[in-house]
Amino acid sequence: MDALSSGCTVKMGEGQNPLEAMADSTFSASDVLSDLPNDLLGEPPSAVFGDPLSNISKQESTSNPAKQSSKLPSDVPCDIFDPLHGTGMEPKDDGKNASLIDIVINPVTSAKDNLPVDDLLSQPEIDIPAKTKTEQPAELRSEERPKDEPLSVASSKPKKDLFEDSPEDLFSELPKTKAKTKPQMDLFGDSSPDLFMDAKAAADTGPGRNAPADLFSEESVATTTSKSAKSNISANSIVTANSKANGVHSDEEEQDIFAEATVELSLDSPHNNRKTLDTTKPSEPASSLSAAAGSSKAQAKTLEELEEEESEDKFELNISITNPEKVGDGMNAYMAYKVSTQTTLPMFRSKTFTVRRRFSDFLGLYEKLSEKHSQNGYIVPPPPEKSLLGMTKVKVGKDDPSSGEFVERRRASLERYLQRVVCHPSLLQDPDVREFLEREELPRAVNTQALSGAGFLKMINKATDAVSKMTIKMNESDVWFEEKLQEVESEDQQLRKLHAVVDSLVSHRKELSVNTAVFAKSVAMLGSSEDNTALSRALSQLAELEDKIEQLHQEQAGNDFFVFTELLADYIRLLGAVRGSFDQRMKSWQRWQDAQTTLQKKREAEAKLLWANKPDKLQQAKDEIAEWEGKVTQYEREFERVSATVRKEVIRFEKEKARDFKKQIIKYLESLLQSQQQLIKYWEAFLPEAKAIA
Amino acid sequence: MPTISQEYKTALRSVSVDLNNDVSLLIDIPDALCERDKVKFTVHTKTTLSVFQKPEFSVPRQHEDFIWLHDTLVETEEYAGLIIPPAPPKPDFESPREKMHKLGEGEATMTKEEYTKMKQELEAEYLAVFKKTVQVHEVFLQRLSSHPVLSKDRNFQIFLEYDQDLSVRRKMPRRCLVVSSRTWLKSADEVLISGVKEVDDFFEQEKTFLLDYSTKIKDSTTKAERMTRAHKNVADDYIHVAAILNSISAEENTALKKHLDKFSDMFEKLRKVEGRVASDQELKLTELLRYYTRDIQAAKDLLYRRARALDKARLKSKDVAQAEDNQRQCMQKFEKLSESGKKELTSFKGRRVVAFRKNLVEMAELEIKHAKNSVSLLQGCIETLKNC
Repeated sequence: MDALSSGCTVKMGEGQNPLEAMADSTFSASDVLSDLPNDLLGEPPSAVFGDPLSNISKQESTSNPAKQSSKLPSDVPCDIFDPLHGTGMEPKDDGKNASLIDIVINPVTSAKDNLPVDDLLSQPEIDIPAKTKTEQPAELRSEERPKDEPLSVASSKPKKDLFEDSPEDLFSELPKTKAKTKPQMDLFGDSSPDLFMDAKAAADTGPGRNAPADLFSEESVATTTSKSAKSNISANSIVTANSKANGVHSDEEEQDIFAEATVELSLDSPHNNRKTLDTTKPSEPASSLSAAAGSSKAQAKTLEELEEEESEDKFELNISITNPEKVGDGMNAYMAYKVSTQTTLPMFRSKTFTVRRRFSDFLGLYEKLSEKHSQNGYIVPPPPEKSLLGMTKVKVGKDDPSSGEFVERRRASLERYLQRVVCHPSLLQDPDVREFLEREELPRAVNTQALSGAGFLKMINKATDAVSKMTIKMNESDVWFEEKLQEVESEDQQLRKLHAVVDSLVSHRKELSVNTAVFAKSVAMLGSSEDNTALSRALSQLAELEDKIEQLHQEQAGNDFFVFTELLADYIRLLGAVRGSFDQRMKSWQRWQDAQTTLQKKREAEAKLLWANKPDKLQQAKDEIAEWEGKVTQYEREFERVSATVRKEVIRFEKEKARDFKKQIIKYLESLLQSQQQLIKYWEAFLPEAKAIA
Repeated sequence: MPTISQEYKTALRSVSVDLNNDVSLLIDIPDALCERDKVKFTVHTKTTLSVFQKPEFSVPRQHEDFIWLHDTLVETEEYAGLIIPPAPPKPDFESPREKMHKLGEGEATMTKEEYTKMKQELEAEYLAVFKKTVQVHEVFLQRLSSHPVLSKDRNFQIFLEYDQDLSVRRKMPRRCLVVSSRTWLKSADEVLISGVKEVDDFFEQEKTFLLDYSTKIKDSTTKAERMTRAHKNVADDYIHVAAILNSISAEENTALKKHLDKFSDMFEKLRKVEGRVASDQELKLTELLRYYTRDIQAAKDLLYRRARALDKARLKSKDVAQAEDNQRQCMQKFEKLSESGKKELTSFKGRRVVAFRKNLVEMAELEIKHAKNSVSLLQGCIETLKNC
């Protein structure tokens, strides 16, 4: 155990300085969180907890992303928290409930003593563990601490080599990043599976580690790993781990959630964080924190459909768009849609509410979101394109079926758009989203013209061009990004092709439906001329049958379109946004490189000055160098932050995509199935008629 | 493609269900060769009739020979009171050829697999057209051979037996002229028969019925053709969808890969089913309508000949008493014609009803079979998708 703890200490100790440096120089606001690992790690664990297990729990908390999962039986937590209790901070029971949040939040607050955050998170009854450093008052704890979080978290700990291996491999993978900053990025920026994957890929030597077949199995791998890790640590914990087996999943989820929650705050743009901090109302950040936890829980849920969900207090946010309504007349007319939200999220004022929004409001929302978030590497879901033609038809035409179809199509795609936005844990936190959903009157969005149809495409194309241009310049340091970008690009091509083909399927099926209707009429006429009564009857039955089949074809064409084509169209747009996020990463890289170049120049200038012996200007040059050094570090960190975000976003995107596609594919096949079943019914009803011809 | 040929055979046999099973004269076309636009049919005859020199023989014949045979039958006065089986339509490979050409142009835009599949589809289509052509010619001869009067026709026997090229083909350029004048005449005749006052109730009824029915069935035929073609297009689209899905899934490496694979697979299977649905509709419905469009035309021709004979008879009777004999002959001829015409038309009606029944029943059964097939495919696929 000594070896373990010392190993960890060393490791963490190494990480400390750069981390601190980074936190200080880069974000004033997000410091709060980025500091967390430092302090936590800086502490010699043994000092904090005499008990090795508690060490472990500590490690665990810092290595949260590694997603340890097995739940400990209550006796273990006792062990773990004994030291805590020893410090007199906490009753046992509370300890159990709060352990998770402790781990995640405490370090934050403790790190941050001088920031208002403390208040935000303050939670009187619970205490910060007795850290040597902690000046934190007990109030630091968040009141929102989840009532039923099992202590589980604390229990599983990467065993020493797991811990060592994974971060190290991560480091080696990213040559450019300083070893220290990277772990931090990953710890917070990445969802745990990711970290784990890396670790896995690199360090297969870890005991109990098998290559997981897929994302879901990773969890279990994590579990086993931690189990075996534990078993190495103490016999005691082996028992606990084993006895624990079925708690595993739910725990995992909770852990996940909290990992995410942490991520949320730390990755939010500085701007946002500051905002949160500025408000300093204790309740709000707390609630948003829990909301974040909630939303990430939802995310975890969707991503792990196969996992059994035992989380109580399910997060819910259902958005539907209904009742498209034409407002006004003539060319100034527009369609207004009813946006209804149903939610159990505390961040909203009520559980259900409805607002009316028009199309440009949706575009306005996108603009706001994209302005704020895309530069950080977030994939902001794009809204449907403006369609001058379609809208003009709606404005002019009264009850043209094609304009009805247009409106329905738009309604559906706006709905999907909004759902995608709120599905995104970070975007959901955006005040503009809340405002969009809640506020009665929204200031009229202006300047949405730029996004209209062609303009939007142009924008995407421009982004693409820029990306490809930059790719040439950028000597990609990370194969992952290079490969992903290629994947995205070729997928984009393929989806476009598929879209075209499915489009022609839709039109061919519509043609078939029309032709069937015409044939039905013709057969009805033929039947009326037929002088054999039975045959005449059969022919008119056939005509009726063909009429029904025509309906089927028409419905199926609708399904082809709404279920299949629109899915593809959405994903073509989304891939554009994904490319956009890669583009942002490139830009950030570019800025860093530029800063480096400038710094280089400044240094050369300094050297020249030295040589020329001009001490008066030397000081100024030195200042400039210092300034640019700061900038380089800052930009580099920003680049890394953006990279981490992009990576996380892309993974999230892919999971969403897989889920979406699966759902839609099944839906589509079911629609085909249904129409085939109808077909059987129709023909079976016809068969006796045909046989009755005499 | 043995299955296809089998189906075509049954399909077309069913069109002319009244073929009796008289073993004294059996005709089939076991083989045919396609050279550019020319199709060379091998007409094979097996007979116990003493008119023929040998009990079994084969002769090479071309489409034009069939037309010649048809035309001579139509022009033979004794057969005026019979429905002459409609001549087989000219072999038309234009549509599949054109498609093949188009496909070649679009080759670059498709994956190899996709192209291969499309090509296979077109080849199958080409083959189907070819087989259908052969069958239509065969049916024409079989209807003649099973007709009590027409089977004894000398020209027909020559057509079957003469083992050299029939010289008729040399006349072909002229025939084109004849055809066009004939069609012109026909439309004039239609005016005639619709204008002539009919004394016989039966024929009056038949006339209105056939005129009406003929336009309707022609219309239905074109509509049915369009419908089946559209269905084929849908089936073809499935090929493309399946191919692209397949190449997308090849690049995927997430859990989605499996789903896309399944989905692509599903489309591939469905396109086969849909293709069959389309071709079965074509066979059972469109082909039936097409055949009866021609058959009704033949029946109309009968009415026309009768009307002309009646006209002649009346004309002659106006032509004073000196040709009373002549007139009586014409009248007799007309009455004979009417009589056999009545018989022919009645049997035509029976034949048509039976053929429609058979085809509609078969089509309904096939549709049910295909839909059930799709349902089980889809259910299986949905099941696996849900579980993975």
